[in-house]
Amino acid sequence: MTTLIRCNDLSLGYEGDVILSGLSFDVCKGDYLYIVGENGSGKTTLMKTLLGLLSPMKGQILFDASLSRSDIGYLPQQTAIQRDFPASVREIVLSGFENRRAPLPFYSKSEKKTAQENMRRMDILDLSGRCYRDLSGGQQQRVLLARALCAAKSILLLDEPVAGLDPLVTQEMYQLIEGLNREGMTIIMVSHDVGAAMRYATHILHIGKHVFFGTRDEYENSAAGRAFLLAEGGDTDDNAR
Amino acid sequence: MTTLAETLVYYFSFPFVRYAMIVGILIALCSSLLGVTLVLKRFSYIGDGLSHVAFGAIAVATVLNLSNQTLLVLPVTVLAAVLLLKNGNRLRIRGDAAIAMLSVGALAFGYLLLNLFSKSGNISGDVCSTLFGATSILTLSKADVWISAVLSVSVIVIFTLFYHKIFAVTFDETFAKASGVRTELYNLMIAVIIAVIIVLSMNLVGSLLISALVIFPALSAMRVFRTFRAVTVFSAVLSVVCAAAGLLISILASTPVGSTIVAMDVAAFLVCLLIGRLKGVSA
Repeated sequence: MTTLIRCNDLSLGYEGDVILSGLSFDVCKGDYLYIVGENGSGKTTLMKTLLGLLSPMKGQILFDASLSRSDIGYLPQQTAIQRDFPASVREIVLSGFENRRAPLPFYSKSEKKTAQENMRRMDILDLSGRCYRDLSGGQQQRVLLARALCAAKSILLLDEPVAGLDPLVTQEMYQLIEGLNREGMTIIMVSHDVGAAMRYATHILHIGKHVFFGTRDEYENSAAGRAFLLAEGGDTDDNAR
Repeated sequence: MTTLAETLVYYFSFPFVRYAMIVGILIALCSSLLGVTLVLKRFSYIGDGLSHVAFGAIAVATVLNLSNQTLLVLPVTVLAAVLLLKNGNRLRIRGDAAIAMLSVGALAFGYLLLNLFSKSGNISGDVCSTLFGATSILTLSKADVWISAVLSVSVIVIFTLFYHKIFAVTFDETFAKASGVRTELYNLMIAVIIAVIIVLSMNLVGSLLISALVIFPALSAMRVFRTFRAVTVFSAVLSVVCAAAGLLISILASTPVGSTIVAMDVAAFLVCLLIGRLKGVSA
C-alpha cells in the first residue's frame, strides 16, 4: 500500500511551547485514520501542521511524490462569519477550486460539472441555489464537504465534522464519510467520539499523555485505548452495534 | 417639469458638472464593491481608520502646498492599510485599539498642522470641506478627474478578475489557506484596494462620510439578497443610483454633495430593511 504521508518524530506547538513531541505515524492510501485525544492534547495543532498552516517545531512531514499539499481537502470547523454570510450553496462549493485556478471571473465547464457531481454525491444538488445561512447544521456540513471534495483529489482532513449535530444527522454524516472512504478517499478525522472511531477507523492515532498509533484492533487491546474507551466512549460504542 | 429639465441641461453644459457626474458614479461603483467583504470580515472599522489617516495626509499635503495631493495621500493611505491589516491579523484583540489610536492621532495631527502652518484665511472652511467633502467633487482639476477615473477603473477590473478569490478568502480564510490559496497575497490586495477606494471617496463625500459610502450599499443588499453575486451586483447598482441621485439633488438644491449622497444611501438602506422584513430574510 502506498504511504501518502509519513510523519517522523514531530514536535508540535505554538511560539516555543511544545504541546506534543516524538510523534511518528504513516497515512496510507485508503486509510481511515482517527485522531483522538483529550481536549487540549493538540489535535487541532496536529491538523493545522498537516495542512501547512503551522510548521512543525521539530521532525518532518513527508508527502508521497504523487501528492501535493493542495490535493488535501479540508473540512474546517465552522466560523462565526459564515453564519450571516450571503452565499449560495453553488458559490461555496465552486470556491473549492480556487487553489488550482487562475484569477478569472468565470468557472470552466469541467469545474461546474465536477461541482455538480460533488453536490450530487453529498445529496445537496436540490439545495444548490439556496442560501447557506438558511440551511440546517447537517446540510451546511455537507456543503463544506462538497467544497472540500472540489479541492481534494485523494485525502480529506475533517475537523470535528459532527460537532453540534443531532444524533440522526451525525449518523448520516458518518455514513457519508464512510462511503467516500469506500470509494477510495483517504480520510483523516479529528474527533472526540471514540465510539465512532472504533466503528469506522482503520487506524487510530491517540495523542495526549500516552501516544498510540496503530490499527483499530491494536488500539482496542492497548493500555491507552482501554483506559480511554472506558473513560469516554464505551456507551456510544455499544449503542451503535 | 420643463424648468427642471432645462435647469439640468443648463448645468450639464458645464464640463465640471459632467466630470463630477462621471467621477462620482465611478467612485460610487468601486466603493461599493468591497463593502460586503469589509462588513463580513469585520473590517468596517479599518475603512473608518484609514479615512482619518487620509485626512492627516491631506493636511500635510496642504501645508506642503502640493499641487496634486493624491500623489502623497494615496501612498500614505496604502501603507497605513497594509500595516493595519498585518497588525490586525497578528494581534486580533489589540487590532481595533491600534486603529483607534492611528485614526484619532492622524485626525488631531492633521488639524494641528493646518492650524499652525496653513496660509489660507479660512481654516475651518478647509477642514470642513476635507471632512465632509463639501463641493470638492465639483472643483476637481482635469488631472484629478483622470487620476480618479484611472484608479476607479483599475479597482473595478481587478475586482472582477479576482472576484472568486476574494469570495474564497472572505468566506473561509482558513480553508482557502489550507487548500493552497495565497491568502496573504489576497488580503494584501484587499487592503490596497480599500486604501485606493478611501482616497478616491475623499473627493466625493469627504473623510468622515467614507465609511457610509462603503458600508451602506452592502448592508442594504444583504437585507434583500442571499447570494454573494446578487449582493455584490445589487450593492454596486444601488451605490451608483444613490450617488447619481445625490449629486443631482445637490446640484439642483445646492445641498452639500457628500451628505446628500449619504442621506440617499441611508434612505435606500431603510427601504431595503423594509423589503427584507417583508420577504422574511433573517437580518
